[in-house]
Amino acid sequence: MPENAQPDLSEEQAKKLGISLEDYLLPTHGRIQMISESGELLSIEEQGSTPGHEYPMPTREELLAGYRQLVIGRRVNDQNYALVRQGRMAVYPSSHGQEASEVAAALCLSPRDWLFPTYRDTVAVITRGVDPVQVMTNFRGDWHQGYNPHEHNTSIQSTPLTTQLLHAVGMAQAARLKGEEMVVLGMVGEGGTSEGDFHEALNFASVFKLPVIFFVQNNKYAISVPLSRQTAAPSLAHKAVGYGMAGELVDGNDLAALLAVLGRAVKLCREGGGPYLVEADTYRIQSHTNADDATRYRHSAEVDEWTKRDPLHRMRTYLQNEGALTEELEAQYQDDAEQVAASLREAMGQQPDIDPLELFDHVYTVQTPQLAEQRAQLADELARESQTEQA
Amino acid sequence: MSKEKSSLTLAAALNAALADEMSHDDMVVVFGEDVGTLGGVFRITEGLSQQFGDHRCFDTPLAESGIAGTAIGMALGGARPVIEMQFDAFAYPAFQQLMSHLAKMRNRTRGHASLPVTVRIPYGGGIGGVEHHADSSESYYAHTPGLKVYTPATVEDAYLMLRYAIRLDDPVIFMEPKKLYWTKADVSLEELRHEFDRRWAQVETQRDHGEPYARANVARTGEDVTLVSYGPSVVTCLAAAEAAADEGISVEVVDLRSINPLDEETIIDSVTKTGRAVVVAEAQGFASVASELTARIQQRCFHSLAAPVLRVTGFDIPFPPPMLEKYHLPSVDRIMDTIDDLQWDDTPVDYSPRVAVGGRS
Ligand SMILES: Cc1ncc(C[n+]2csc(CCOP(=O)(O)OP(=O)(O)O)c2C)c(N)n1
Repeated sequence: MPENAQPDLSEEQAKKLGISLEDYLLPTHGRIQMISESGELLSIEEQGSTPGHEYPMPTREELLAGYRQLVIGRRVNDQNYALVRQGRMAVYPSSHGQEASEVAAALCLSPRDWLFPTYRDTVAVITRGVDPVQVMTNFRGDWHQGYNPHEHNTSIQSTPLTTQLLHAVGMAQAARLKGEEMVVLGMVGEGGTSEGDFHEALNFASVFKLPVIFFVQNNKYAISVPLSRQTAAPSLAHKAVGYGMAGELVDGNDLAALLAVLGRAVKLCREGGGPYLVEADTYRIQSHTNADDATRYRHSAEVDEWTKRDPLHRMRTYLQNEGALTEELEAQYQDDAEQVAASLREAMGQQPDIDPLELFDHVYTVQTPQLAEQRAQLADELARESQTEQA
Repeated sequence: MSKEKSSLTLAAALNAALADEMSHDDMVVVFGEDVGTLGGVFRITEGLSQQFGDHRCFDTPLAESGIAGTAIGMALGGARPVIEMQFDAFAYPAFQQLMSHLAKMRNRTRGHASLPVTVRIPYGGGIGGVEHHADSSESYYAHTPGLKVYTPATVEDAYLMLRYAIRLDDPVIFMEPKKLYWTKADVSLEELRHEFDRRWAQVETQRDHGEPYARANVARTGEDVTLVSYGPSVVTCLAAAEAAADEGISVEVVDLRSINPLDEETIIDSVTKTGRAVVVAEAQGFASVASELTARIQQRCFHSLAAPVLRVTGFDIPFPPPMLEKYHLPSVDRIMDTIDDLQWDDTPVDYSPRVAVGGRS
C-alpha cells in the first residue's frame, strides 16, 4: 500500500467535539434510542446520548421512506417463510424482527456506495433495488445468487461467515486507487465477529483509514449459541476502540436511531476515510432457518419480550402520532408490499427455467478443454434421456 | 435383551461412538459450533453435554481456526479433542491450522509430539443444501502428509471407525457422508461394542498401532469389473452393481474406508481378479483422490488389465445449486455407461472422450 496521506480523523473529530479520544472512540453508555417501544419520542436525556454522541432526528421524509421499506421487508420475510413451508422454496433465513437494521443499512448509503451483505440480509439487498425474485434463486436452489453486483453496487450475499468484511475493505481500497469517493458498508452477525476475518478486516480498515462501516446485527444467537459464547466485552461496539476506530451501539429496532447513527458514520467516513463500527441491538424472532428448531435453545418468554419491541409497530405508531402517516399512505405502502409478495409467489410457484449445460458456462471466462469435454458428455446424456422419455 | 437388533441410523451410530469414547477416556473432549445445547446441526453430538458436562462437550465462539488451533494445543497438553467443522466448506477458515500445524507437528518435533485430534467433517452433496454446504473436500486432506483420512459408508463402520479415529495418536480427518446420516441398518449397538473391544484388544496385543481400518472392505463380490469407491458413492456403486447384474455383468465393489492410509492390496487383488476397474467418487475429478487411485491401479495392475481404468466423478465445476446437483453427482446410469465403455471384446475401443469436442474426435 502506498504511504497513507489521510488525516487522523478520530483525533481531529475528538478535538472538535472537545472530548477525549477514548470518549470519542468508545460507544455511548447504554445505547442510542430515539423512539420508545410504544412509539413515543424520547427526551434527549433518554436517548442515551453523551457529549460527542448527540444525534439529530432524521427528517419526516427519511422516516416515511424507511417505514415504507420496513413494510415491504416484513412482507418479503413473511412471504418467503410461507413459501418455504409450502415447499415452494428450499430454505430462507428470515430477518423478521430485524427489518429496521436491514433497511437502515441500505438507506444510509448513496447509490454509488457499496453494500456487502450476508445470507440473512435479503431485505437490505432488496432495499438497495435488486429484484427480489433474482435474490431468491439462491434459496429456491436454481442458482447460487446470480445477480450482477455492479448493477446496484451490492455484492452477492455471503454464506461463509465474515469473509465479506475483507471484501468490503478491499472495495474501499480499490476506490481509493481509482480516486473515487465511496463509502462501503459490510454487514455481519454477532456470531461472525468471532471469526478471524472480523479482526483482520477491522485492523486493515483502520490501519489504512478506509471509509468502511462495519455493521453488526447482534440478534443474540448464532444458530443455537448465545451472545455470551461469542464475547465477554461490554458490547460488540466496544471492540472498535482497540483498532483505533469509533464504535456506537444503537437500538436495532429503532429505525430513527439507526438512520441517525449510520447516517453520521457515513458522513464521517465520507469526510475523512475513517472506519466505523456500529452494533445494532436486535433479535431474530424466527428460527435460524426453517431447518432449525429454536425452542431447543431459547425460551418463548424471551421471544415474546422482543416481539413487543417490534420495529415496524414502533415506527408506525410514531409516524401516525406525528400525523405523517395517513391512512392513504399506509394503504399505499401495504399495496406496494403486496405487489412484491405477489411477484415472489408467482415466480416461486413456477418451475424455474433450468439449463443444466449452463453449469459449465461460468467457471472460467473461457471454458477449458476439459470442461468442454464434460459439457459434451452431459449434453449427450441429456439427449439420450429425452429420447428414452419420448420412446 | 440388549443384544436385540434394532435399526440404527448412521448418525446415531456416530453419536454412540462419541459417547462410548467419552466414557472410556476422560480426556476425550468434543467441541465446535452448536455441538452443545443443540447437539449439532445434524444432532451427532446430541445429549453429550448433558451426559458428560459442558466441560467435556461445549460450544465454542464461532471460529473454525480457533477450534482447530486450540484443539492442537489441547492435544499437546494431553487431551483427545474431537472437533466438529459444521460443514465441509466451513472448515476452510481452519486450513492454516490443519495444514501447517495439525499435519506437521509430529514431523517437526522428530516424533516427540503426537496430536490425537479427530476432525469430524460432514461432507458431500445429495441433500439439497444451499451453496457451501456440499463440497467434497477429501482430496485436500489426502494430499497433506501427516493426516489420516477416514470416511465410512456403513452404519457399522461409522461406529467402529470413529472410535478408532479417536484412539489413534495421529490426527484423523473424519469425513462423514452427510447424505448417509439417515441410512439405517439392523445392528445391535451391544454387538458393535463387543466387536470394537475385540478388535482393539488385537491391536494392543499385536502392538500394532497400525490400522485396523486401513483395510478396505469388499462390499460386494463380482468377477467382471471392480468399482473402487468410498463414502457416499459406495451406495451408488452397489446400486449400479445390482443393475449391472440384471444385464449379466458381475461387479465387485471395493469400499476404501480409509483414503489415507490406502489399502492397495485389496484393490490390487480385486482388479487382478476382474481385469477391469472404474473409480467412482463424488468430488470433482481433476487432481483428486480418484486421479491417484486410477494412476496406482494402472501402475500396479497393468499386466492384468483388459481395459484402461476409467473414472466417474463430479464435474470440474463449483458444486451446483440443489436443483442441478443430480446432473453433477455420479449416478447409476453414468456408472453403467462407463462400465459399458470398458473393453469387453476384441473390437478396438476409442478411448478419446465418449463425445467428440470441438475438432477432436
Ligand atoms: C465460516 C462459517 N462457519 C460456519 C457456518 C455455519 N453457520 C451459518 S450461519 C451460522 C450462525 C451465524 O450467526 P451470526 O453471525 O450471529 O448471524 P445470524 O445468523 O444470527 O444472522 C453458522 C454457524 C458458516 N456459514 N460459515
